[in-house]
Amino acid sequence: MPFLQVQELKKAFPATGGAVTVFDNINFSIERGEFVCIIGHSGCGKTTILNVLAGLDMATSGVAVMDGREIAGPSLERGVVFQGHALMPWLSVMKNIAFAVKSRWPDWDRDRIKTHCQRFIDLVGLTGAEAKKPSELSGGMKQRVGIARAFAIEPKMLLLDEPFGALDALTRGTIQDELLRIVQATHQTVFMITHDVDEAILLADKILLMSNGPNALIAEIVDNTLPRNRTRHDMHHDPQYYRVRNYLVDFLVTRSKLFQSGGTANPAQPLVVRPGLDGALPALPPGGANQGDPQHLTANHQSPSHNN
Amino acid sequence: MSTRARDLLRSALLSSLLLLVLIGIWHIATLPKVQAQGADDEYAKLMGKGASKSAGFPTPAQLGGAIIKHVSDPFYDKGPNDKGIGIQLGHSLGRVGLGFLLAILLAVPLGFLIGMSPLIYRALDPFIQVLKPISPLAWMPIALYTIKDSSISGIFVIFICSVWPMLINTAYGVASVRREWLNVARTLEVTPVRKAFQVILPAAAPTILTGMRISMGIAWLVIVAAEMLVGGTGIGYFVWNEWNNLNLTNVVFAILVIGVVGMILDIIIGRLQRLVTYVE
Ligand SMILES: Nc1ncnc2c1ncn2[C@@H]1O[C@H](COP(=O)(O)OP(=O)(O)OP(=O)(O)O)[C@@H](O)[C@H]1O
Ligand SMILES: [Mg+2]
Repeated sequence: MPFLQVQELKKAFPATGGAVTVFDNINFSIERGEFVCIIGHSGCGKTTILNVLAGLDMATSGVAVMDGREIAGPSLERGVVFQGHALMPWLSVMKNIAFAVKSRWPDWDRDRIKTHCQRFIDLVGLTGAEAKKPSELSGGMKQRVGIARAFAIEPKMLLLDEPFGALDALTRGTIQDELLRIVQATHQTVFMITHDVDEAILLADKILLMSNGPNALIAEIVDNTLPRNRTRHDMHHDPQYYRVRNYLVDFLVTRSKLFQSGGTANPAQPLVVRPGLDGALPALPPGGANQGDPQHLTANHQSPSHNN
Repeated sequence: MSTRARDLLRSALLSSLLLLVLIGIWHIATLPKVQAQGADDEYAKLMGKGASKSAGFPTPAQLGGAIIKHVSDPFYDKGPNDKGIGIQLGHSLGRVGLGFLLAILLAVPLGFLIGMSPLIYRALDPFIQVLKPISPLAWMPIALYTIKDSSISGIFVIFICSVWPMLINTAYGVASVRREWLNVARTLEVTPVRKAFQVILPAAAPTILTGMRISMGIAWLVIVAAEMLVGGTGIGYFVWNEWNNLNLTNVVFAILVIGVVGMILDIIIGRLQRLVTYVE
């Protein structure tokens, strides 16, 4: 049994004139130590899935099981990095992290908490900023504090909701490198939402492609076959990179709107594709004209990726 | 930095100038009109209305004298109708302090409850809406009748006028704590008590302090009126008593003291407010 197993997850919100089903029949799994990214258009339900995994929101039906136990509420076993960093503005960097550490280990003394916090402050490269308030930090630094806070409680799984969405490209790159380094060192299991295709290729072992809502589903799972020791600087020298990237962009631009529940995709067992490996290209032809609602083909020319 | 210092200096100069002009106008307006018209002067003498009559509107110099007199001996006590300004102020501040404290003890916990529970909010809302606009002085007869003690009635009136702004601001502050912070607390499995004191309280503190500042402003307005009404002691009674003595100099002095003390109270709470305010 995989570390995290999501089965037949469905979420409907009450709306005027009946309920709106955001997603239905979501199935995927995450192995221990695996880094999984999910990409999909705005509003398809990524945050909702993450909130269910965090235990902050309840699914309408279906289950998520982590480490043999069903997720029924928030838990210290899962660390969350929120989209808007969610630091407490009245606490310093050190105290924000200490607040989490104290929650995790209530019987630790002050010195122990402090040394533990310091380790994670150093890890994200914020040494020297311990006493600063969040308002005195840049956006990138705040996001790092959020990451340090989530790592500091040493959770079994880390949930990240577009952690770098609000950052400029340069800062984003630096923190991506840092995250990659930390994750490789700690073998942390991670589930992360992103809009940035390059970020997904750099970080993820597995990329879940989510179709547009309502009634969104996991259309396919891309197995990232680039070598694990890839870096932001060398990965685009790898011919696999362009194949994976094209595949992801193609999905976001054209194919994401063609999948709906009840289509030919099998949501119970999403197709695993390895576009990086030559010859193993899409099981479905780009454009997928054989399925979905034809009127969608011309509509919606949204921008696919939000990388600056 | 230096421009800021220069601006401060400029505004201070302008303030002083304005004060001088005001005192000047006041001085000219209260000049004894003796030398001007001889006939009137004689008439005035005939009528026994000499220029030295103390019941007229005080001149700045007279006020200055009164200030020196009161400030040099603020705590004398010569019977119920003649106490030093310090003693009278002490009585008023004591009542305000006690009523205010009682209001905090009720309003902050109750505001927390209302802010956290939409059910309790809706249940209590009609009561708050009806009770809030009642002038605190309207409670005076009921307070006097039930409590039968003028001093405690004063405290009650302060309590009742301070409680509403604090209650409403606490409830609002608690209800509008950012969801993100509450979610952080939830994912960290923070206990309810710890959540209340370490997340909600600091998050809502600036709003709560704003409520307290409004309350204190109202309480200081109301105490003067309440003490005029029930008499006995306090700065309000002092004003009323000096009015009955036709000592307008002391009345003007008391007005000045009320203003200055009100300002100091506001500054104190303002400082506290700045202490708990955070930048998002
Ligand atoms: N509390 C709610 N009540 C009703 N509808 C909701 C609620 N929360 C979310 N939704 C709807 O659910 C859908 C999915 O929302 P969600 O926030 O999960 O999207 P997302 O994929 O994270 O989008 P984005 O990429 O913009 O963050 C949206 O269409 C949204 O309108
Ligand atoms: Mg989202």
